[in-house]
Amino acid sequence: MSAPWHGHPRGQLAPRLALACGLLSMVASLHCAAADISLQQLMQQLAARRHAHASFVERKSLAVLKRTLESSGELIYEAPDRLLKRTLKPKAETLQLENGMLSAQRGARTYRMALRDSPDMAPFIDTIRATLAGEMPTLQRTYELEFRSTGGNWTLLMVPREPQLARVFARIRIDGAGDLLREVIIDTADGDRSVMTIRDIVDP
Amino acid sequence: MRHRRLYVIGAWLLLVAVASVVATRARYTADLSAFLPTAPTAAQRFLVQQLRDGLASRLILIDVEGADVSVRATLSRGLAARLRTQPAFRSVLNGEAGGSGNDRSFLFEHRYLLSEQVTAGRFAVPGLTAAISEGIDLLASPIGMLAKQLFTHDPTGESLQVLAQLEQSTTAPESLDGVWVSRDHHRTLLIAGTMASGSDADAQARAIDAIRAAFKAAQRDAGGTAAAAVLRLTGPGVFAAEARATITHEVVRLTVVSSLLIATLLLLVYRSIPLLLFGMLPVVSGALAGIAAVALRFGVVHGVTLGFGVTLIGEAVDYSIYLFIQARHGTGRNAEHVHWTRTLWPTIRLGMLTSICGFASLLPSGFPGLAQLGLYSITGLLAAGLVTRFVIPELMRSDLAPVTVMPIGRIFSRVLIPLRGMRRWLWLVAVLAVLVLYVQRERLWNHELAALSPVSAAAQQLDGDLRAELGAPDVRSMVVLAGDDEQAVLRAAESLAATLDTLVARGVIAGYQTPSRYLPSVATQLARQASLPARDELLQRLAAAVATLPVRLDRLQPFLDDVARARTAAPLLPKDLSVTSLAAGLDALLVRQSGHWYALLPLQASRAGAATIDVDRVAQAVRGTGTPGVEAVVLDLKRESDALYAGYLNEALRLSLIGFAAIILLLAVSLRSLTQLARVIAPLVLAVLAVLLGFALAGRALNILHLIGLLLVIAVGSNYALFFARQLPDDDAGQSVRMLSSLAVANLSTVIAFGVLAFSTVPVLSALGTTVAPGALLALLFAAVLSRGAMPAPGVR
Repeated sequence: MSAPWHGHPRGQLAPRLALACGLLSMVASLHCAAADISLQQLMQQLAARRHAHASFVERKSLAVLKRTLESSGELIYEAPDRLLKRTLKPKAETLQLENGMLSAQRGARTYRMALRDSPDMAPFIDTIRATLAGEMPTLQRTYELEFRSTGGNWTLLMVPREPQLARVFARIRIDGAGDLLREVIIDTADGDRSVMTIRDIVDP
Repeated sequence: MRHRRLYVIGAWLLLVAVASVVATRARYTADLSAFLPTAPTAAQRFLVQQLRDGLASRLILIDVEGADVSVRATLSRGLAARLRTQPAFRSVLNGEAGGSGNDRSFLFEHRYLLSEQVTAGRFAVPGLTAAISEGIDLLASPIGMLAKQLFTHDPTGESLQVLAQLEQSTTAPESLDGVWVSRDHHRTLLIAGTMASGSDADAQARAIDAIRAAFKAAQRDAGGTAAAAVLRLTGPGVFAAEARATITHEVVRLTVVSSLLIATLLLLVYRSIPLLLFGMLPVVSGALAGIAAVALRFGVVHGVTLGFGVTLIGEAVDYSIYLFIQARHGTGRNAEHVHWTRTLWPTIRLGMLTSICGFASLLPSGFPGLAQLGLYSITGLLAAGLVTRFVIPELMRSDLAPVTVMPIGRIFSRVLIPLRGMRRWLWLVAVLAVLVLYVQRERLWNHELAALSPVSAAAQQLDGDLRAELGAPDVRSMVVLAGDDEQAVLRAAESLAATLDTLVARGVIAGYQTPSRYLPSVATQLARQASLPARDELLQRLAAAVATLPVRLDRLQPFLDDVARARTAAPLLPKDLSVTSLAAGLDALLVRQSGHWYALLPLQASRAGAATIDVDRVAQAVRGTGTPGVEAVVLDLKRESDALYAGYLNEALRLSLIGFAAIILLLAVSLRSLTQLARVIAPLVLAVLAVLLGFALAGRALNILHLIGLLLVIAVGSNYALFFARQLPDDDAGQSVRMLSSLAVANLSTVIAFGVLAFSTVPVLSALGTTVAPGALLALLFAAVLSRGAMPAPGVR
């Protein structure tokens, strides 16, 4: 009974717990529920957006390399399940997610795979897509979510639930303002880091 | 006399018993490839073998429609998972990367033996610099964070190269939710490869049942709207199983229908059940003898041969009709018997021998199906004739009521009298027919093997659609390399690849598959190993190579270890692939058959061009690249099989003409009179011409079974013509009415038997029916109209 808002009401206790929850929610909302509601609000705001077009700059710091790798290009999103990441520098190539299929095009070659067959790829593209689509259930299934917001700015911290994914990725952090994403930071389990800065392009 | 009767009946019963045992123990098939010729050349034998048993023959294409995309995806996964556990299926593909974990680790482990990029140049300093800077570009790419896991082991990107090589070998359809769908997303697609060959109709039928059962189970598991989804199957094996079911069903149905109709007719004529039963004895004995002969000679009996049993009723029942109707009412058994053996039997015997002459011409045919029909008919007719001649008279009791069927004879003669007035115009039919046939000579025959296919147009349409959606599996054109050992054909495939690459560059073909992409020859693998530097050497070169690159050399230790291991690894052999799904791909392209090894390199039609490949240009290019001990042949499956069929159609035509010549010779010898001969032949030739004219006017192209039908028209018609050509004493009007009656009944029964066949949905059977039913009727009419003898007046009895 010490923290009824964490537990699930069960058996005979259920009515009483529900009542207690109701009473306590007024207090509790000052802490976690405030975040809950605004994460939901954020997700609703994001889901309302059907189309997004942004430029990005990605910086990767890898242990195997002596310097940071920088690439840039654009992101195009069509609700709810198409996301295109087109890299223009240093080499033109695209990564596209459509209907659960991933296709990566490099030069004359195209590699295709189903997203469900390569869960390792999810943090790079599907997580961004699910965030843009406001698909909270998808995110909650894959990650433990932690949400903070101050004023119009927010931070969504995601830690993989699956041990298989956790072996590769430590955490993903998305910073944003309103219904815009500003930065995606991916930390791998071996200490490498990728930072993607996003700037919205307003289509005419 | 009493002893003779005992011996005859005893011998007959014994033979019937033996034939029954042989017939019931025979193996039956409905595989249409029985109508594929036994091929003369090695390449054609290989082709026929491929059509019967090759990879393409083992594929069942599965189409799920209805419900929505995600429900169908669940069904696809459920169906595939169930089928993958069954030993009857060699592979089940639905777009899922099933077992790809195994494949990936295999390809990764053996990348230095499998990658086409592994050359001495790539592992020199400039080559390493170029390869590794490309690797760094990959790290910068959207999939860079994944690639970095590979980078320390494989900075030159050989594992990605190996994946790309395999990617070229498969043209996968579009995927939705991780499983294959058609371009319009309305169909969810799978391919199941059976262990059994496509011509094994039993195994194919079991595989089809297994797929249907697995689909039902997947539907139950998925629940909800999954019940609305529909499963459709196609492919050579499905066709084989369906063809057998159709043929079996048709043969039974047609036999029952025509037997009932003929029995009714004979019952009306004879008004005696014992006579009807006696009349059927030659037919049943003949059918049993025919099946037994085919089973003993060929080992298997084709369903279509059984369908031919129906047609045997048409002719064999005639013998007893002649016996029962034409036999004079004697004053006892002996008188009747004497008349039968002295006057009727020689005519029937000549008619029977004529038919046998015609069918004997089919025996040497390269088409096992035709040779079966020939043997079946000869044995069947001979047995039916002998039973009619020797057994029935012994069985029949003298007190059987004589048959009087005068009304039929009188009606027939009433019809004939005005017709005979038109005799002088008959030559017009012949002239018209010859003219039309000459004008249409190019379109007269259908030269495509597909004309014999019992598969409905709708089913062929579905098959075509699914093949187009699924891409590669329709292997129409391919290069076949044949040699005595596996490594030699693999080496030949490797050296051919360069030639084919230039054809791709020139747009002659869009692409090709080759077994060497799955597994290079041992020689090539050894050459790749030899181009890998020793560890210390590689370390030195690597240090020089990355000096200008932002790579930390100390992190590339795994790369050095892996190359060192690859240098001493044993070369890969086909059996090493068995742990992966790649084995299925290799098995399909590297085939061992009767002591020889064959490498298959299927060609893909150029996208820009039409669906066909300029096979001659490919053949020309391939000729320039010989490998000693390996024979290279470019095959266009459809063209080759049509060419084979056309060859055998010509052969059958030639054989039929020889048969016809033999018939003329036989008749000339027995009739000993040119006028008599002309009188017998003229109505037959006229009937054949008239039937051909009908087909030409109707725009129906003829196939090999129409030809057999024409032979049957001559066989059956010769009986009629011989009876009409017989010199009857002018005063014996009663006898000639009886003759007319028997011919009318015999003809009706033939027209019924073949008329029923004409309604069959199996093209092979309906071709026979539509030829023989009108042909037999016309042969009788022409024979009657052309006959010289006096027509009995309608009133005479």
